[in-house]
Amino acid sequence: MPADGVAFAMTAADPFPDPDPGFRVPRDLSADLVFAATTGAVREGLARLLALPILADLGADDRGTTELLLAEALNNVVEHAYANWPGEIRLRLSRKGGDITVCICDQGLPMPDNAPPRGTLPVIGAPEHLPEGGFGWFLIRNLARDLAYRRQDGSNALSFRIPVDNQDD
Amino acid sequence: MNLQTEHQGEVLLITVQDDRIDAASAIQFKEKMREIVAEPSARVVLDMSNVGFLDSSGLGAVVAVMKALGPVRRLELSGLTTTVEKVFRLTRMDTVFVIHKSLPEGIRRAG
Repeated sequence: MPADGVAFAMTAADPFPDPDPGFRVPRDLSADLVFAATTGAVREGLARLLALPILADLGADDRGTTELLLAEALNNVVEHAYANWPGEIRLRLSRKGGDITVCICDQGLPMPDNAPPRGTLPVIGAPEHLPEGGFGWFLIRNLARDLAYRRQDGSNALSFRIPVDNQDD
Repeated sequence: MNLQTEHQGEVLLITVQDDRIDAASAIQFKEKMREIVAEPSARVVLDMSNVGFLDSSGLGAVVAVMKALGPVRRLELSGLTTTVEKVFRLTRMDTVFVIHKSLPEGIRRAG
């Protein structure tokens, strides 16, 4: 793994070039990444990931949503699964048409009750009692589709889908 | 975390120079902001127009700063970019802050 803690591999599943360069055929793309479980490595990895072909052509809105979802899910692993020991996070992204599928694996602590938190929006009360946390899972549940979690052999696997319409909006 | 501060009349204008407030920088943002807003001023305006990305940790830090201001002053936010505005809207935190589309009248960009 390089010094900044992020390793990349990228593959294009479609070996055929677009027949007409003026007509953009959606290609199947995937990317595999390994992050050191630190918030700094997550930030660095996201910046490099967003520049890869799998995400580089997203419209601004989809790009923002994708970065937010990945940041929330990856930093949860850093701050909770690996709260007590250092480790690595494996991220697999695949893109097919209007969907990005995300799978995140780690060898950290299991999720409480073996399930992703429900992500209920914290109650907004008087200013002095405003919540300073608890927004992360709310955002994930609000923006992601088909959220699934599995704990097996000491590993966590979280997967979800991000619908993207690939418009410059 | 680079924060530029400037007094303009009754307003303490704080400009975030970094392009993101995320899990890697939220604690530093919160600590630096708490020091800055300890200075007396009638109003505090946070110019976020350079911030393209804010996650839930960043949102929590902005809320913490607002609470540090105490009961009299409110934290006024200015220039939320698209993704940042979306985080405030989805979490309904847009109902808690005074949010200006651009710097309020009479306030000029920190230079």
